[in-house]
Amino acid sequence: MSAPEVFQLSLGPLTGIAFSPDRSQVCVCPNSNEARIYTRNGDSWDLTDTLAEHDKLITAIAWGPNTNRIVTCSQDRNAYVWTQTEQGWKPALVILKINRAATSVKWSPAENKFAVGSGSRVIAICSFDEENNWWTARQIKKPLRSTVLSLDWHPNNYLVAAGTADGKVYVYSGYIKGLEAKPEANIWGDKLPTGHLLAEFRSPNGGWVHDVAFSPSGDALAFVAHDSSINIIYASGPNEPPAAHIVVKLPSLPFTSLTWTSESSIVAAGHDCQPILFSGSHEGWAISRSLDDPSSTAKPLTPTATGARAGGVGRLGNNEAFNMFKAADSKGQRGTPQPGATPTSAGLTPVGSDGLLLTVHQNTITHVEAYEWNQSGEVSKIFTAGRDGRLVVWSVTGGKGLTGRMAGLQV
Amino acid sequence: MSNTLRPYLNAVRATLTAALTLENFSSQVVERHNKPEVEVQTSPEALLKPLIVSRNESERVLIEPSVNAIRLSISIKQADEIEKILCHKFTRFMMMRAEGFVILRRKPIPGYDISFLITNFHSESMLKHKLVDFIIQFMEDVDKEISEMKLSLNARARIVAESYLSTVSAFSTREYDYNLANLTNLARVRKPRLDVISGHSKLG
Repeated sequence: MSAPEVFQLSLGPLTGIAFSPDRSQVCVCPNSNEARIYTRNGDSWDLTDTLAEHDKLITAIAWGPNTNRIVTCSQDRNAYVWTQTEQGWKPALVILKINRAATSVKWSPAENKFAVGSGSRVIAICSFDEENNWWTARQIKKPLRSTVLSLDWHPNNYLVAAGTADGKVYVYSGYIKGLEAKPEANIWGDKLPTGHLLAEFRSPNGGWVHDVAFSPSGDALAFVAHDSSINIIYASGPNEPPAAHIVVKLPSLPFTSLTWTSESSIVAAGHDCQPILFSGSHEGWAISRSLDDPSSTAKPLTPTATGARAGGVGRLGNNEAFNMFKAADSKGQRGTPQPGATPTSAGLTPVGSDGLLLTVHQNTITHVEAYEWNQSGEVSKIFTAGRDGRLVVWSVTGGKGLTGRMAGLQV
Repeated sequence: MSNTLRPYLNAVRATLTAALTLENFSSQVVERHNKPEVEVQTSPEALLKPLIVSRNESERVLIEPSVNAIRLSISIKQADEIEKILCHKFTRFMMMRAEGFVILRRKPIPGYDISFLITNFHSESMLKHKLVDFIIQFMEDVDKEISEMKLSLNARARIVAESYLSTVSAFSTREYDYNLANLTNLARVRKPRLDVISGHSKLG
């Protein structure tokens, strides 16, 4: 397993992040009302552009890989589509017709429309209006009763899945008449007028649905909820109950984001600060491994500050007994946190002697997305971004089995 | 640390770690606002069930989680009147300086002595495990602090009482001497008459 690439883009959280089609640029929002475009320069990133049009926090950014357009949405109830011109990035207005914060945005696979979720219990499916030179929205309202937290498009460009704050996951038709050819019946439904509800799910214990994602084929839907579960649903056919609803309950803290890396594997990450790889099929799913297991590496991947001592002060710093009493004295902990002691058993990520977590991310991971694909179309690299302002690129493949893991081990 | 304190603090630590899974959540009731949902209580789906971790009748912690903030209220042990006064003064002192403590709430929840309000903005700018450590540390220290204050108050009260009473006793002794002297003088002046009248001879 090759070591992950770690970049500190900001000191605060990264609330939105999207890579350019060729991965040479990244658009991030450093927890403010402007989005910044960084260009890769060797091992660092240089600020090249600032997209400043919103006046409140930007909640999501999406970058179309084919059309090279960026869409940003914000808590100021607006969204803008940015197009690259010779004078820089130019915004185009989106008539969202929502009166609460926009929370998430995703380009459809064909990039002729995008979906925006919002706090006004509405999903806006936006398409370009040539006459007025702006983007207009068609709204999906029923039966949303709460903030839409997450969205994803089906690969066929017609269906959209939404996860809400009242714990429901809906699958809608996002077909827009006059814009595209009439959709054919598929495994999720046969009648597809705009905004038609095709399916509705919830996780067994409820909880806010932080992220939803269709599998690469579109036949399965996965979502993560606040009850620390990951749910995978396999559709069976129109107007029929799903073929399988698999729930993997975890002893860890909830996940906030997930992405399919192939038809049989998912990477999810969240409040435990480490991305975890799941694998399975319609017969069942299980944890495969953690991409950032503090117990599997001899030394933490987190870079330490220069000049910082590994132990405490003086010769007692490396004394185990001394550290134990010190921890008991200052934190009420029994015994020192061992690197390798049950990483996620009670949702407590192990803390190193320098007071930082032993994982690469120091705070909640909020984004997990595909970064690179191999020849067979499977995801070979993913990137994660979190509230600690770090952007990390992980290799997903190559770690299968013991040999892959032993390769990364330092003795 | 006594035997019941450790499991109590461990339970609070685990609950707090699980509750501190916050995210930025813009209000779905008021336009362009971002409020701690646990304080406004306008969207029932944004709130989770409150939880009480209790060590005994008087010591307990109430944790109210929500999607973008948690409220943690502590009831501090108060065995007698002095501890009640000390606890009130101590928490009042801190709550009046709540800005300096960042996560402290200006008023406690009814039935509790001190409340903290941790929002997603705090958990974004501070390390989460350090926040948890801080709360646990506070819970450990506040009992210690109040019993120490009680001890020093008692010690001071003893010293004050002793010094006051010794002054009183010294003063009353002097007063006696003074009275005695006056009386003597008086007696000396009036001696002939006293002598004449009552026949007291000892005063002379």
